[in-house]
Amino acid sequence: MAPTGTLKLIDRVTAINWNRLEDEKDLEVWDRLVGNFWLPEKVPVSNDIQSWHTLSEDERLMTTRVFTGLTLLDTIQGTVGAVSLIPDALTPHEEAVYTNIAFMESVHAKSYSSIFSTLISTKEIDDAFAWSEQNANLQRKAEIVLEYYRGDDPLKRKVASTMLESFLFYSGFYAPMYWASRAKLTNTADLIRLIIRDEAVHGYYIGYKYQKGLAKLTQAEQDELKAYTFDLLFELYENEVEYTESLYGALGLTEDVKKFLRYNANKALMNLGYEGLFPKDETDVNPAILAALSPNADENHDFFSGSGSSYVIGKAVATEDDDWDF
Amino acid sequence: MGSLVYFSSVSENTHRFVQRLGLDELGIPTHRIPLRKSDGFLTVTEPYVLMVPTYGGGNEGGAVPRRVREFLNDPHNRSLVRGVIAAGNTNFGAAYCIAGDIISAKCQVPYLYAFELLGTAEDARRVRDGLGRFWQRQSLISA
Repeated sequence: MAPTGTLKLIDRVTAINWNRLEDEKDLEVWDRLVGNFWLPEKVPVSNDIQSWHTLSEDERLMTTRVFTGLTLLDTIQGTVGAVSLIPDALTPHEEAVYTNIAFMESVHAKSYSSIFSTLISTKEIDDAFAWSEQNANLQRKAEIVLEYYRGDDPLKRKVASTMLESFLFYSGFYAPMYWASRAKLTNTADLIRLIIRDEAVHGYYIGYKYQKGLAKLTQAEQDELKAYTFDLLFELYENEVEYTESLYGALGLTEDVKKFLRYNANKALMNLGYEGLFPKDETDVNPAILAALSPNADENHDFFSGSGSSYVIGKAVATEDDDWDF
Repeated sequence: MGSLVYFSSVSENTHRFVQRLGLDELGIPTHRIPLRKSDGFLTVTEPYVLMVPTYGGGNEGGAVPRRVREFLNDPHNRSLVRGVIAAGNTNFGAAYCIAGDIISAKCQVPYLYAFELLGTAEDARRVRDGLGRFWQRQSLISA
């Protein structure tokens, strides 16, 4: 933390009134986050013990290191990142949403520990944590983000935070999706999918608040922040590529992971209101990985590109609402 | 020729996608479902394709935005829907773009297209061209 910084407490306390919303998105996202709440104890990761022992030594090493890296990022986001956004909040409801996000990031960090303690020996865990402290790219990633969290520009903090939520986790998230696509560690993948779902709401919300703040600035200021965002993305991307090689190189998966990185980098930009940067042929994620992420993300829903002779009618879905009454 | 009816929250994601389509040039009018009840109620007068974002989550209801449900609960509005396009995020797993599945099943209309977040340039091109052909074909069928 800044050595000269004194803690600024608020001068006056205003009680939060959820019946007087300044931004309806706050309540919508709060409800969504609360509705999505979960704890790692609900996922039977211990059912993966047998599967874990079918992995080769290299595969186990990669997976353990991936989870250590994810633990580090979620620790940052839970204890520094989301918390650093609170003083910038424009409404008390926005503050409340950030406290929820911060807490869930701590739940995520704890989830990795529950995976570790279930699958991995204490010695392996210690080795992986030692590796994460010495991996230059992982440390660099943490440094870049922390630098912006400590900076004095609220909008740059939101950019860094959205990058973390929507881009920087994905070099790690690839691994459990890869295993799930091979019917391995499927319970672990279920747990990671819950984290992935949360990160989507976090990235969407923080990106949305960035855009609201951006809209109040002059064109010149907006241009500067856009340039800053793309510079940061490139800096992080170059680092991610090296980090990816250090994790997946031994298994020959680096190129496949990089597609997943670029696909998610585009989504991070979109959460910030910008168009994706990487073209289609550089973001064509391995269909098996995409299917592990979302079984619904196939090509079935492109009636327009087909011959037009057949189309899909959605299957009846159990999640119906009472007031949806025809 | 039919129209495009869409919903977009204050995030404006879907609105921006619609703007990129340039449907005016194809003679396809666009109508936005009002964000708030106080902004009035949209009643359509011609066949339309509905475009909606999926509200993320998947473990509960509410994937179809409330204003869209109200819009479709009107029998006249519902009688004119001809297809659905949904936006979403693959992070929501099996619930990705599920608003399209729900509306397609309930209204028995084709699920035409799904795209992520703001959509890519490729998505915009496909939807623009697709909607042009879709309404041409519809007008031939009904002629």
